[in-house]
Amino acid sequence: MAQVNMPNPIPLLMVAVILLVSMSQMVAASDSFMDPQGPIAAIQKTHLLRATAVIMVAVIPVLILVPLIAFRYRRRRNSYAVYRPDWDFSAKLEFLMWGVPVVIVALLSFYLWKATHRLDPYASTFGEDPALRVQVVGLDWKWLFIYPDLGIASVGEFGIPTKRQVAVTLTTDTVMQSFMIPALAGQIYAMPGMTTQLHLVADAPEVMQGENTQYNGRGFTKQKFRTVAMHNDEFEAWAQKVRDNGIQLNPATYQTLAMRTDRDEVQAALGTDKMPKDALYFTMEQDLFQTILHRYHKGKALPVDQQPGTASFGQEGQQ
Amino acid sequence: MTPSYSGFLGRLDWDALPITGLIQNPNANEIVANAAAAIVLVGVVVVVSLLSWFRLWTPLWRDWLTSVDHKKIGIMYVVFAIVMLARGVLEGVVMRAQQAAGPGDGFLEAEHFAELFSTHGTIMIFFVAVPFVFGIANFVVPLMIGARDVAFPRLNQISLGLTVSSGMMLMVSLVVGRFSTGGWTAYPPYTGAAFNPGVGPDYWIWAIVVSGVGTTLTGINFAVTIYKMRAPGMTFMRLPMYCWTIICSSILIVFAMPPLGVAALLLAADRYLDFHFFTNDLGGNMMNYANLFWLFGHPEVYLLVLPAYGIYSEVFATFSAKRLYGYNSLVIATMSIAVLSFTVWLHHFFTMGQSALINAVFGIATMLIAIPTGVKVYDWMATLWRGRIRFSVPMLYGLAFLMLFVIGGLSGVILANPTVDYQVHNTLFLVAHFHNVLLPGVLFGLLAAYNYWFPKAFGFRLNEVWGRVSVALWTIGFLLTFMPLYFVGLMGMPRRSFSYDDPSFHPFMMVAIVGALVITCALFSVLIQLWVSIRDREKTRVPVGDPWDGRTLEWSIPSPPPPYNFAIIPTVTDRDDFAAAKDKGAAYPTPDAYEDIELPRNTGIGFVLCVLSGIWMFALVWWIWWLAALMTVLMILAVIVWTFDDSTELTIPAEEVRKDHEAWLARVHGEKAVDRDFETSPENRGLARPDLEAVT
Repeated sequence: MAQVNMPNPIPLLMVAVILLVSMSQMVAASDSFMDPQGPIAAIQKTHLLRATAVIMVAVIPVLILVPLIAFRYRRRRNSYAVYRPDWDFSAKLEFLMWGVPVVIVALLSFYLWKATHRLDPYASTFGEDPALRVQVVGLDWKWLFIYPDLGIASVGEFGIPTKRQVAVTLTTDTVMQSFMIPALAGQIYAMPGMTTQLHLVADAPEVMQGENTQYNGRGFTKQKFRTVAMHNDEFEAWAQKVRDNGIQLNPATYQTLAMRTDRDEVQAALGTDKMPKDALYFTMEQDLFQTILHRYHKGKALPVDQQPGTASFGQEGQQ
Repeated sequence: MTPSYSGFLGRLDWDALPITGLIQNPNANEIVANAAAAIVLVGVVVVVSLLSWFRLWTPLWRDWLTSVDHKKIGIMYVVFAIVMLARGVLEGVVMRAQQAAGPGDGFLEAEHFAELFSTHGTIMIFFVAVPFVFGIANFVVPLMIGARDVAFPRLNQISLGLTVSSGMMLMVSLVVGRFSTGGWTAYPPYTGAAFNPGVGPDYWIWAIVVSGVGTTLTGINFAVTIYKMRAPGMTFMRLPMYCWTIICSSILIVFAMPPLGVAALLLAADRYLDFHFFTNDLGGNMMNYANLFWLFGHPEVYLLVLPAYGIYSEVFATFSAKRLYGYNSLVIATMSIAVLSFTVWLHHFFTMGQSALINAVFGIATMLIAIPTGVKVYDWMATLWRGRIRFSVPMLYGLAFLMLFVIGGLSGVILANPTVDYQVHNTLFLVAHFHNVLLPGVLFGLLAAYNYWFPKAFGFRLNEVWGRVSVALWTIGFLLTFMPLYFVGLMGMPRRSFSYDDPSFHPFMMVAIVGALVITCALFSVLIQLWVSIRDREKTRVPVGDPWDGRTLEWSIPSPPPPYNFAIIPTVTDRDDFAAAKDKGAAYPTPDAYEDIELPRNTGIGFVLCVLSGIWMFALVWWIWWLAALMTVLMILAVIVWTFDDSTELTIPAEEVRKDHEAWLARVHGEKAVDRDFETSPENRGLARPDLEAVT
């Protein structure tokens, strides 16, 4: 056994790569920023593709040269390839090796700076119209959407007008969560006692999925909702429907809503025949969002049984 | 719901055992939990029986548990890491199987899945990667720098003890109680007392705090070792590349571990003492936790990957039979990465709501790391260029690493862009990225090191065929498991999802489970390789000590090395000192005179602290206060008593050193030097013929 001859893994790698490339054809599907439904997600997709293309300048030579070098300079009898055991420095090569990555990173930094400011969730503006204000509260395990100017709120269904900015302000009344509607804009975290912001714009009527991406317990994977983008008049009709069919969002109903329950459980507790099977509609008067936000700023400890999201605050049936 | 509490056993009761759950509610989920607990118990019984059957308790205690020899401590670290790796891999397979079960709820409960991803992450980072990296470093570094041991041999033993006792807490959590569901990052307030009143987060906290102390001590130990223990003539610019990466890693540890320990202790203060650092109310703010955690967490990945870079540097040079290309560049790149790694932690929370300016600055800082990393990749390619490349197992790991790692680098630079990070952070894209860096980067490097230095540690080579099988399996398994996750990540699938309802994810998950099974085979192939190699060890012995035509000092001594490493401390004159000596025909010199050698004497302190700290953690987790107090007192007493032990050194007489060394030299001169063509054959007894031109 002079030399062990085994297939080297590189051809196998190639098979795997081909398999993977064919899988990438499937990615275009639906609720993703790869199929953007608004300008923000579209810019994010463009940025991804552009950054990938630029980085390829450094990546592709490695993928090509490593097998080539390994093959050409493999050890064997009577190799025609040059052998320089003591060669360990070349100023020209060093210049290239440091120079090319510096140029690539400089170029990427330029794009990064521009895009990051363009999509700043605290500043970004798309279009002239005043934005629709929506306040989002993360609960275990659902999102509550409050429309302060319309006097309505919803769970499980997030109606928005098309071609108009939606300025979202977020907090949670339990643990940290992260709000995302991939087809419209990326995620933003929400934390108790604090607010974050996000802007959304939808191009055309469409139903998209929204979700929580930060694990927060048993009902995490059920913390999804329908985002329904509608023309302006349809949106107004929707808001009217919510107002007509919604129940009052008062301390008692909020107490039920804020318990450790997933979407189905809360639907069973609060849903009526006039609401969709997987959404709750509310009407409201008080400034609930500020109440929730200020719950944690009273300078007094919050007893555990008054903290939504804890077991002692209450939970509907166990899994 | 207040946990049941009695004074004597704290909150420990029958419900803590998984079998109770199985009896009350028999289903697939409980069966998986009980099987895991059973594996731990059976493992303990098997190990205890085997040790008793072969009457190994005395040698185990005398030669290993009380040893302060850096080589043995290194080997024990690696054994521990491989045991934990087996658990971590199996957990990964169970998670992939759960998601491959398709849209719907699979076979696990949500909370059980959450325990799996929490333990998987915690184990793989803290109890596989760290001990494996520092196990290899423990074995190799003193040999490479021409030292007889590390700077603080007993501290080294204590570090090992603390790491092992913390790892055991994760094993105990399988059998008694439940581990945290808060992920390896354990973000509050989810892990706070209000939302998670059980024992899970407490297991996490104490395992992290105690192993963190052990790791910090290791960092101090290795920084001092490389600063102070180098052989005469070994200037910093003659230091082997691997030692450069270890000193940078050690410094990273010294600065990065304390924030983690502080974050975990503040969380403990919240949970145990009703403080409000990270609670929702009374000014608590989890952002402070996120900052502290990632102030550790980002340098952490570099303290793992830098040593792997060092390993690849050694492997590429040796198996290309060339000097390492661009040594100065590699040193500068290593130090730049070490410094930059502290300036980018904020990219872990681009989406927590800070301003665009901050995000842009940290995004660019993150991309800067790609520059020295890219330089390294190209330096390694230049090392291969115009070499005489031998496709041995470590080299194959290296080649697979080069090609796969640039894909991980690509996704890393993509994630550094806040614009895109808003979309893919917290999705499986992120999971694919860090596995892409940690598997081909860190794990392949460690496996390359294991294959490369194994003959030095045990005196015989590992089986070449099974080694190649493992390279192929790890590579294919990695590609099949993690490439699909990039795609579902782009499609918006959140990480840590025990179920999903979008059927278009399912084909990707099916590919991933196939990959996970291939990875399982890869793990087994490593174990089979070890078994076959031990079986055939008579054919692969390399007593002379230089099976690979090595270039650095560790190859100039016998395999396995004597307890004192070097009979005579060498004087270094070149960067690849042993290669240069072979070139000049000056290798294996006969010393003029021998001296008495002083070595540290065996001690049980590391083992004692391991046991005491393990019981201490268990007592704290279960609120058994009297036991925790007792263990605190005993640990302090043990350290005090140990400081009175002043017979810490053992002298090996010059005569004995002379006898052993001359016997070995006689063997060197009697052995036939072998050509590289016969590197993997039984003819290779560890004396390399420096005949590199022979094949041209």
